[in-house]
Amino acid sequence: MTTETAPVLRVEIDAARCQGHGRCVVLAPELFTLDTLGDALVVGDGTVPPDLQAKATLAKANCPEYAIRFARD
Amino acid sequence: MKARPPVTDWATDFDHMHQDWTQDPYPIWQDLRQRCPVAHTDRFEGAYLPVRYADIREIAYDPAHFSSRRIVIRDERLPLVSFPPITSDPPDHRAQRAVLLPLFTPAAMAPHEAAIRRICRGLVDRFADKGTCDGAADYAQEITVAVTAMLLGISSDDGDLFRRWLNDLLVVGTDDPALVMRTHGEMAGFFMKEIALRRANPGQDIISRLLEARIDEAPLDDAQLVGMVRLLLIAGIDTTWSALGSCLLHLATHADDRRRLVADPSLMPTAIEELLRAYSPVSIAREIVADTEVGGCPFKAGQMVLLSFAAANRDPEAFPDADKVVLDRAENRHAAFGLGIHRCIGSHLARLEMTIALEEWLARIPEFSLAPDAIVTWSAGAVRGPRQLPLVF
Repeated sequence: MTTETAPVLRVEIDAARCQGHGRCVVLAPELFTLDTLGDALVVGDGTVPPDLQAKATLAKANCPEYAIRFARD
Repeated sequence: MKARPPVTDWATDFDHMHQDWTQDPYPIWQDLRQRCPVAHTDRFEGAYLPVRYADIREIAYDPAHFSSRRIVIRDERLPLVSFPPITSDPPDHRAQRAVLLPLFTPAAMAPHEAAIRRICRGLVDRFADKGTCDGAADYAQEITVAVTAMLLGISSDDGDLFRRWLNDLLVVGTDDPALVMRTHGEMAGFFMKEIALRRANPGQDIISRLLEARIDEAPLDDAQLVGMVRLLLIAGIDTTWSALGSCLLHLATHADDRRRLVADPSLMPTAIEELLRAYSPVSIAREIVADTEVGGCPFKAGQMVLLSFAAANRDPEAFPDADKVVLDRAENRHAAFGLGIHRCIGSHLARLEMTIALEEWLARIPEFSLAPDAIVTWSAGAVRGPRQLPLVF
């Protein structure tokens, strides 16, 4: 295992930018959900397991509002 | 609408109602991107046309300079008519929008899937064995009228009336202010009756739900209610009708894409986004309320600006191979539903309708093409899509 040294990837939603296009939820339902107004929220604390990193990257690349950020702890 | 005078130069005299734009706008945008990415016209009492994604995005993000109080470009400025929240600016906009948003989330739309599928299947049943139909008139337009009527709890028997309203407001009314104001009045009268019926006998439809809505703890007044419901009718019909018609036209004329989609239905989600990008039906306008500059060009207060999301979505600086349809395009930040605070509230409904309509069509009619010598006609104005689309199968 290399998890001791590899940084943990987290996704974050910039709520001021998100307009509820919902593209992230379609592309990565494990990582994103929608609130009652249809704006995006991250699931849990946004930690992206290694097997979902490709989906996270895809969701970020398809957000029309550039509302998804990556953070590495 | 009378025939539009010939355009002398698209950079200085653009006219998005002109038939050259209606028939084939892509060469116009390509040309402008090379030599004048913000075009202007003295028509419509003055209007600008940005064709770059970055500039369109910047304007959509700037309601302080670019107001939504007027969102349709006409030959002359008419009295303001309110269709909240699309005609609203901050700070009023957010609370009005919050009333509608919960009614149109993916979760709110999902329960309608079976009914939409029934509508589509019933229409395909009418022509599948005939070997020919008009994909726009017999299918796309019928679906969106039926679905919109279902959600509003009104009769879809009035489809012809709804389509006339749309045409009078957005096409014929471009140079006929009296017609526009008369149509607004007619729609208000129609919906005041529907609202009175729901007050007496509420149901599960969207008009009934809006009667329960509150802004700052107060119910919506009649003007707000009528404005919102009129908006939902207008926004729900010719938009998705146009997008779906363009999907059918593309698949009828690109056998490789059609067969690929039939063979691999898992492509449907990216295919829908890509077809939305490539054939975005909707443009919308803003009124400039304070002088500013975008993309190095001055924008003067009092003039209008046309936000062509279709032009943005064909910008090669934003999309590699922008003029090519790539059904599995992985990165696609298209602006078909707008950008910023006015993102189309019905976008999830539109996607659902398009997906089901294509699934049901392709299941029964996997092989089809344009009829020999077919003449495809396009709608003029803010919403562009095929209106006559003769297909054979």
